[in-house]
Amino acid sequence: MRHPVSARSRWLAIPLAALLALSACAPAQPGTGPAAPAAGAPVEVSFFYPIAVGGPITKIIDGYAEEFNKANPDIKVVPTFAGSYADTLTKIQTTLEGGGAPPDTAVLLSIDLYTLKDADYIIPLDQLVAAAGGQAFIGDFYDAFMLNSKAGGQVWGIPFQRSTPVLYFNKDHFKESGLNPDQAPRTWAEMVAAAKKLTKPDGQRWGLEIPSDGFPYWLFQGVAIGNGQNVVGDAGNKVSFDHPAVVEAVQAWVDLSTKDKVAPQGIVQWATTPNDFTSGKASMVWHTTGSLTNILKEAKFPVGVGFLPGLKQPGAPTGGGNFYLFKKTPPEKQRAAWKFVQFMTSPEMQARWGIDTGYVAARKSAWTTKAMQDYTAKTPQVLVAREQLQHARKELATHSGPEIVKIFGNGLQAALTGKKSPQQAMADAQRDAEKILSQFKD
Amino acid sequence: MAAFSLYPVLATAWQSLFLQNQAVRVPRFVGLENYLALAQDETFQRVFGNTVLFILGTVPVSVALALALALLLNRELRAVGLLRSAFFYPTVLPMVSAAAIWLFLYQPNFGLVNQAARALGLGGPNWLGDNDLVLPAIMLMAIWKQTGYFMLFYLAGLQNLPGEVFEAAELDGASRWQQLRFITVPLLSATTLFVTTIAAAGSMQLVDQLYVMTQGGPDNASNLLLFHIYETAFRFQNQGHAHAMTVILVALLMVFTVTNFRHAGRRVHYDG
Repeated sequence: MRHPVSARSRWLAIPLAALLALSACAPAQPGTGPAAPAAGAPVEVSFFYPIAVGGPITKIIDGYAEEFNKANPDIKVVPTFAGSYADTLTKIQTTLEGGGAPPDTAVLLSIDLYTLKDADYIIPLDQLVAAAGGQAFIGDFYDAFMLNSKAGGQVWGIPFQRSTPVLYFNKDHFKESGLNPDQAPRTWAEMVAAAKKLTKPDGQRWGLEIPSDGFPYWLFQGVAIGNGQNVVGDAGNKVSFDHPAVVEAVQAWVDLSTKDKVAPQGIVQWATTPNDFTSGKASMVWHTTGSLTNILKEAKFPVGVGFLPGLKQPGAPTGGGNFYLFKKTPPEKQRAAWKFVQFMTSPEMQARWGIDTGYVAARKSAWTTKAMQDYTAKTPQVLVAREQLQHARKELATHSGPEIVKIFGNGLQAALTGKKSPQQAMADAQRDAEKILSQFKD
Repeated sequence: MAAFSLYPVLATAWQSLFLQNQAVRVPRFVGLENYLALAQDETFQRVFGNTVLFILGTVPVSVALALALALLLNRELRAVGLLRSAFFYPTVLPMVSAAAIWLFLYQPNFGLVNQAARALGLGGPNWLGDNDLVLPAIMLMAIWKQTGYFMLFYLAGLQNLPGEVFEAAELDGASRWQQLRFITVPLLSATTLFVTTIAAAGSMQLVDQLYVMTQGGPDNASNLLLFHIYETAFRFQNQGHAHAMTVILVALLMVFTVTNFRHAGRRVHYDG
């Protein structure tokens, strides 16, 4: 009746089952390349894209591709939704590392440029740009967006879904606290002073929320650039995390909750911040322009939008995704894909994309189209992001970018949660980053 | 079996001896260098410590709670089916949805947890935004998520217990506590062994919530081994370190399972 365990091997099935889940780390199987198109059939172009904002993005993209296919009967673009930015990159990486064929074009983060270039996945676009009109074409994109689209003097990506962070403020709260609702705070000091008036005790209402989970480096770059010092320069193997002006910027952010007491202690969630704002729990928040459409829809009060107030000057990073072309794509498909990229980044399409989603139309001439003129007349808030572009600097992008970004984020979070002094946190981050970046020559 | 489980393990172990990252594209044999680098890596030490804490903090509590719930619900009660489903339903929810719900529950301003705390006159902390609270907060959610599942095994176990043993015990004058302590718990030992094993293996595999809720932050305070392996392999593209950490995770699982069996195996009673 009673006997000790005999079928021990049965139990080994459990850890082995766990191993199966882990075997995802093993190399991917080689994929098979797409079959060559039959003569006369349209050239098929596969297009991978991620979704990072709310709204019916899949429907919008499918609609754009369909329009393109109608106008170009010799090409057939097949769009594929590939998940988040990280998922899309992972899909392409695992396919290529396994010897498979990449999509013919894809939208990936502009800061993934070094990752894609170091792995030899993508091609420089200078020749194609020259054929498309050279400076007349590429010069129409805002300089701020091109900062993360070039490396080593070459163009590697064409700006498509680009964004920048802005300050959102609740005009009703401003009025009620005796502040001018028609004027966003222009400097850090003005912002803190306003936030003090707006904050109510016991966390009932915060004057200001700047999210700091996930990818906190991004909003922080606004503080640092506003203090006259970006965390990254032109080189892909150097960062300036421990620059005194950067440390000062960290201190200013830490002070918001510890000294000024206008912001919540600890880490503020990116995902719940728009909700805090629209529900009146936070009077001012920093968030992406990508949230503008949604915030305007949800808020039951007039919403003000302003530049990120700087310690010394206005300043912000840019963000979002670029179009890339892949080295392994056959020339015929590359040409077709490039045609599609030109279509998607044309002034008319950029205007429509901006209106449909909240992304900042990346081309100057997009803003003079009739559609965009009508839209900005109705929603003047979207102009703030465009104006801010003149103060925008390079987003943190280096070799081994994802790891460098995480190292910086960890340091910043250690300072924000009081585990390390800003000085210590940034010195540690600089040390860890240099250990990785020293493996790269430029 | 060998092809699907043994091969990946051996391949991973072999590849953990190579350096391969974004700077070194072609794998280079480095022996145990990846392991030595991990031993000195503060992030890895922290993540490893978190993982051990997470297992020790969630497994015993959810298993004990599951047994308690099963005992409570293994009776003739009105609406017992409803109660059982209520405790079981977190299991049915996909982890990603559950994590998205808890993200808002833990939200410091309008989150339900802090609203309740404030109603009781307590201050509401920033659960996911505090270095010291984030791991316990995630552990609490994991316990909520899995206890119902373990309860189900105990319920099944309880319903299979031989009724005559309890009748005999009652005739001998054993109190309810004595019956529980000396009959129920020992007779359920096979279930307990099974449940603790899948609980430990499961707790090492559970990372979806980190993806949704914290990305391992702040400053790696909630990072766990499997999530760190994922980010090292797929985000940082540091294959050498990812392989080495996978081997360590597998070893950790093996050690736990074997110890559990050695320890419990002597005392487990199989009815049959």
